[in-house]
Amino acid sequence: MKWKNLIKVAFKSIVKNKMRTLLTMLGIIIGVGAVIVMVAIGKGAEQRIQNQISSMGTNLIMVFPGSSQQRGVHMGSDQGVRLTLDDVEWLKKNSTLLEAISPMVRSDVQVIGGSGNWNSSVYGVSEGYLAIRDWKLSSGDFFTANDIRAQSKICVIGQTLVKNLFANEDPVGQQLRLRNVPFRVIGVLKERGQSAFGQDQDDVIIAPYSTVYYRLSGQPHIHQILARATSLNQMEQAQAEITSIMRESHKLAEGEDADFTVRNQTDIASTAQETTRVLTILLASIASISLLVGGIGIMNIMLVSVTERTHEIGIRMAVGARSRDILVQFLIEAIVLSLSGGLIGVMIGFGATYIVHLATDWNTVIAMENVLLSFGFAGAVGVFFGYYPARKAAALNPIEALRYE
Amino acid sequence: MNSKEAVIRTEGVTKIYDSGEVQVEALKGIDLAIKPGELLAIMGASGSGKSTMLNILGCLDYPSRGDYFLDGIHVNDLDRDQLADIRNRKIGFVFQGFNLLARTSAFENVELPLLYTRNVPNQDINLLTRQALERVGLKDRAHHYPNQLSGGQQQRVAIARALVNQPAIILADEPTGNLDTRTSIEIMATFQELNRQGITIILVTHEHDIADYCRRVIEFRDGLIIRDQEVAQPRDASRDLETGQLQTSGLGERS
Ligand SMILES: Nc1ncnc2c1ncn2[C@@H]1O[C@H](COP(=O)(O)OP(=O)(O)O)[C@@H](O)[C@H]1O
Ligand SMILES: [Mg+2]
Repeated sequence: MKWKNLIKVAFKSIVKNKMRTLLTMLGIIIGVGAVIVMVAIGKGAEQRIQNQISSMGTNLIMVFPGSSQQRGVHMGSDQGVRLTLDDVEWLKKNSTLLEAISPMVRSDVQVIGGSGNWNSSVYGVSEGYLAIRDWKLSSGDFFTANDIRAQSKICVIGQTLVKNLFANEDPVGQQLRLRNVPFRVIGVLKERGQSAFGQDQDDVIIAPYSTVYYRLSGQPHIHQILARATSLNQMEQAQAEITSIMRESHKLAEGEDADFTVRNQTDIASTAQETTRVLTILLASIASISLLVGGIGIMNIMLVSVTERTHEIGIRMAVGARSRDILVQFLIEAIVLSLSGGLIGVMIGFGATYIVHLATDWNTVIAMENVLLSFGFAGAVGVFFGYYPARKAAALNPIEALRYE
Repeated sequence: MNSKEAVIRTEGVTKIYDSGEVQVEALKGIDLAIKPGELLAIMGASGSGKSTMLNILGCLDYPSRGDYFLDGIHVNDLDRDQLADIRNRKIGFVFQGFNLLARTSAFENVELPLLYTRNVPNQDINLLTRQALERVGLKDRAHHYPNQLSGGQQQRVAIARALVNQPAIILADEPTGNLDTRTSIEIMATFQELNRQGITIILVTHEHDIADYCRRVIEFRDGLIIRDQEVAQPRDASRDLETGQLQTSGLGERS
C-alpha cells in the first residue's frame, strides 16, 4: 500500500473519531505545554541571574566571617564572627591590588518618615561603596569620608523606599527616623532590581558605617568587607592578597583554617545559577513525567481502540490489507495524534508562558531548542506507545477479527 | 473433472478447529472443482461447514489438510501477505452482515480495496470506484453513510466493494440472510447480471428460493458434500421482479 494512501486512511480515521482523538491528544497537549512553561520559567530565572552577573560588576570581592568550610555562610551569620574595622584598616594599608575597600554593617530597622513607616535594612558602608558596587545615584549626593569621620546621621535610600515613603515628594532633604534616630536623606539610588537570590536590592538605606556601627547596630563587629579589584584580570591575585592580609590581621598560624571567606561576585552568582539550573531540571522532569503519562494515555486509548476496531481491522484485512498496512496505519495514527497534540501543546505552552509572565512578572525564556525537543519527544512517545497497540492490531487473525462484534 | 479449466480446485480439504480441549472437524475432506463463470450455491444446515469452506476458498484461512489451488496457484504455500494480495486482487467478499465501515461513505467503503492495491493511480481509484457503484445502481448514493442506506442498498455497496478491483471470483456468505424477499431477489438479479459478465460467483445460502437462481447447487452436511447438482433452468431474478412473482413455489417443498 502506498504511503499516501496509508496516511489518508490514518487521517480519515482520526477525523472520524473526534472525541477519541481529543482524549488521546489531551495528555500530550498538557505534557508538552507543561514542559514548555516549566522550562521557560527555569530558563528565565537562569537568564536573569546571567544578566545580574554582568550588571553587578565582576571585580567585586567580598569577605565574609566564618570559614569557607561552612558553606552557605553569608551576611548576618553570628557564629565565630571575626571581622572588625581593624581588618578594614589593615587591608587599606597593605593591599596593592584593590582600588576601594568598604566595611559593611547591616541592621534591620523600622523606618518612619515621609508618608508612613517601612521595614527595611540599613547598610553602613564607606564613601567608596558606590564605586565598589558599580551603582549610581539618581539624585542628590553620596556621603564623604568627612561624614564617616563625623558619624553624620545622613543616608541615601533605594527606590523601594522612595516608592513607599515618598511617592509624592522629593526625598532629598527629608528626615527619616531609623530606630528613632533621625537621619537626613541626601541622595537617592538608581533602581537595581532583584538580586541573584531574589532579594529586592532597592529596599535599602545606605549610611556611613561609623554612624550605623556606633549608633544603630550595637554589635562590635562588621558583617562583610567589600572591595573592588583594580583589574578584572587580577581577580585571583587580589583575592589571594586579601586572604594573606586577613590571615596576618587575624594572626592565623600557618596551616590553620581561615575564620573568614573571600569570594567574588561571580562565585556567588554561579552558585545561584547552579541552584536555578537544578530548579529548571527539576521543573522539566516533573513536566516530562506528564508527557510520559500522556504517552501512556495514547497507548491506553490506542489499545482500547484496537479492541473497539477489531471488526474494522477484519474488514480491512478481508479486502486485502496486509499486516504491515494495519501496523503502519495504527502507527501513523499514533504519531499524527501525538505530533498534533505536541503542536497544540507548543501553542498552549507559549500562551501559558505569556500568561505566567503577565501574572507574576517573572522572567521567562522560551528556547527554540526546548520547543523542538519536546515536540520531537512527543513524536517519539507516539511511536513508542503506539507501536504495541499497532502490533496487536496487525497480528489479528482476519476471520476472528471479522467475527468480532 | 477438468482441472485445467477449474478456477477453484480443492483436493481432500479438511479443517479442524482446535480450541485446546475440543477439536471440531468442520470439513472432512472436500474435493471440489469450480470452473470460471459458474454461479454456484452452497447449501446445508447450520454448522455443516459452509462458512468454513468459503473462508478457505476466500484465502482468509488455511486448510488443515488437503490442497487448494486457485487459478493454478497452490494456496497452501502462500504466506499471510500473499493471501492478503490474493484477497485484494482476485476475490471479492460479500457478507451477511454487510461489513461496511461505519461513519464512512459508500464511496469510501467501495474504494477501500483499491487503497491496499499497489500501483493504482489515484484517478483510477476514483474512476473504478464510481464504475463499481454504477454497476450496482448506487451512483447517486456515493456520499451516503451506511446508516442512511437501506439493508439492500448497504449490501449493494458491499457488492460494489467486492467488484471494485475486478476480481475473478465473488464469494458471498448468506448475502440475503438479513434481507426481505424482494430485496433478496434484487440482490440475486445483481449477482446474475455480474455472472453474465463473466464473474464466478459462489454463494452460501440455506434458502432454496435463493439457490433456485443458481446454475449449480452443492449441499454440505457435517463437513462433507452430500449433493452436487447442475440446474438446467435456473430462475431469472430480474424477470421474477418484473412479473412480481416474488413467492416461489418451492419453499418448503424440497427438503
Ligand atoms: N473459529 C472456530 N472455532 C471452533 N469451531 C468453529 C469455528 N468456526 C466454526 N466452527 C465450527 O465448525 C463447524 C462449521 O461451522 P461453519 O463453517 O460456520 O458452519 P455453517 O457456516 O455451515 O453454519 C461448526 O460446528 C462450528 O461450530
Ligand atoms: Mg455460516
